[in-house]
Amino acid sequence: MTDATMSSITAPPPPMASRRSPFGSVFIHAALIAASFAMLYPLLWMVSASVRPEDEIFSSTTLWPSSVDLSSYVRGWFGLDVSFGRFSWNSLVIAGLTVIGNVTACSLAAYAFARLRFAGRNFWFAMMLGTMMIPYHVTLIPQYVLFLDLGWVNTILPLVVPKFLASDAFFIFLMVQFFRGIPRELDEAAMMDGCGPWRIYWKIMLPLSLPVLATAAIFSFIWTWDDFFGPLIYLNDMNTYTIQLGLRTFVDSSSTSDWGGLFAMSTLSLVPVFFFFLFFQRLLIEGIATTGMKR
Amino acid sequence: MAAVQDSAIAVGAGAKTRPAAQGRLAAIWTKHGAGYMFLLPWLVGFFGLTLGPAVASLYLSFTSFDLIRSPEWVGAANYVRIATADPKFAASLKVTFLYVVLSVPFKLAFALLVAILLDRGVKGLTIYRAIFYLPSLLGGSVAIAVLWRQLFAGDGLINSLLAQIGIEGPSWISHPDYSIWTLVVLSVWQFGSPMIIFLAGLRQIPTDMYEAASLDGASKFRQFYKITLPLLTPVIFFNAVVQTIEAFKAFTPAFIISGGTGGPINSTLFYTLYLYQEAFGNFRMGYASALAWILVLIIGLFTAFSFLTSRYWVHYDD
Repeated sequence: MTDATMSSITAPPPPMASRRSPFGSVFIHAALIAASFAMLYPLLWMVSASVRPEDEIFSSTTLWPSSVDLSSYVRGWFGLDVSFGRFSWNSLVIAGLTVIGNVTACSLAAYAFARLRFAGRNFWFAMMLGTMMIPYHVTLIPQYVLFLDLGWVNTILPLVVPKFLASDAFFIFLMVQFFRGIPRELDEAAMMDGCGPWRIYWKIMLPLSLPVLATAAIFSFIWTWDDFFGPLIYLNDMNTYTIQLGLRTFVDSSSTSDWGGLFAMSTLSLVPVFFFFLFFQRLLIEGIATTGMKR
Repeated sequence: MAAVQDSAIAVGAGAKTRPAAQGRLAAIWTKHGAGYMFLLPWLVGFFGLTLGPAVASLYLSFTSFDLIRSPEWVGAANYVRIATADPKFAASLKVTFLYVVLSVPFKLAFALLVAILLDRGVKGLTIYRAIFYLPSLLGGSVAIAVLWRQLFAGDGLINSLLAQIGIEGPSWISHPDYSIWTLVVLSVWQFGSPMIIFLAGLRQIPTDMYEAASLDGASKFRQFYKITLPLLTPVIFFNAVVQTIEAFKAFTPAFIISGGTGGPINSTLFYTLYLYQEAFGNFRMGYASALAWILVLIIGLFTAFSFLTSRYWVHYDD
């Protein structure tokens, strides 16, 4: 047996980079750094433009402002009839309620699919998967008519109530996958001790599922915060606008006149998402890697 | 005696059937009821917000409906008009197909390329991965669409950069030949999430395969074509289907960049944007419902086609 095969048996397989020349590794880093910079450049430029003096925004392609001037933030904040404080609050309420709705309703359904035995379970599970495939445009118009008849247009109800009915089937699927990985012995032991399904759900499944619940909560928040289509359809009164609708109104009304204010408010609207990215990156990336999420 | 006894037993049995039936009901309830209790919110949503509306929308697609007067049955007139006499439908379909065909392959190619570079065990993998993923996370927001509108404007950042090397760029977003490309670039910029899925897929490929191959003297290129690519085809297939469906449904960037018009000259009139205009701009709810069902048909046909052809190129390990 040669030394090469011996070492590959006794030692863990070397990372592929170690077999590459140092030149190759430098080249890869150079390419990756250049790509990272190109990717981030527009974002950094926008943040930098938001703190620039107004007359400097378009004259400069550099990222470092000559002086920091926060007046764009003040102008932007009060740039419309209703302030961005109101829009942010509206967004926060909708996103917060969506998180609660998704986590409770989807975990209930997921527990039923993953653990309980009942007639028709496989049928309903297939139906649930089916709803994930259907584009929402199909249900859009009758839903609108329904909410219009209920007098819910211009309220947050059409955006929030469906979440309490587990309308984001994707999260059910995500949780079912996770619940199935929890050892069944735990439920069985609890059942022997006389626990019913509710207590098992509450005392065993949920506490053991915090990672998946957190992933669902964070993605719910980000997607709702960024959602444009739903608010565009259901919210027509400026007092009810979300931050995304506020930005859209800003871009249409001021068009080219106040880019500083627009960039300031755009930057601000990205802050919560960036916060989650910074602190919960691992959960987000694992969520995507294991389920193949679209975003 | 025996007969009497039998009948007594029969009577006794008959008297017992009621509690027995109740017992059975209770047993059915304990066996199946809990499941349905947990499923109740979803079931209400399924019937009230998905199945009911889907059936209603199929009905509405055969009517003329403006939200004020009740729907009026028009037969297949909506579909006939879509197929034969609606230039905007044709335009939006063309724009959407163009967008799908341009954005998905570029996005997946970038995602795969970067994933392969990162999988070489480079130092700082998590930092690079995070940086490349960030645009995917932020990209769906209005803020990024607003930024894009500035970047590719006549006096925008891209043209300022081009001016520094002596090129005078056009106003990309207001030129009908280029506007779709700004949206394609925006989509490709968000290659982060397919990249993460590719990375996860690459990690599944056992390293001893590469070791065996290099012992046999296979070059890096040959290893890529003979090992990496075939074993990654299920992931490529998955990403391609998901990204294509997403591309068909894209809305926000085209809406913001064109100011809701789909212009210039319908060059960014995504299918979903046209549907929105018909439903909530012109209040042709019946017509828009027909458009929605055609979208379902297109996505369904595409998905079926993908699955049918997949067995000729997707390598499933068994």
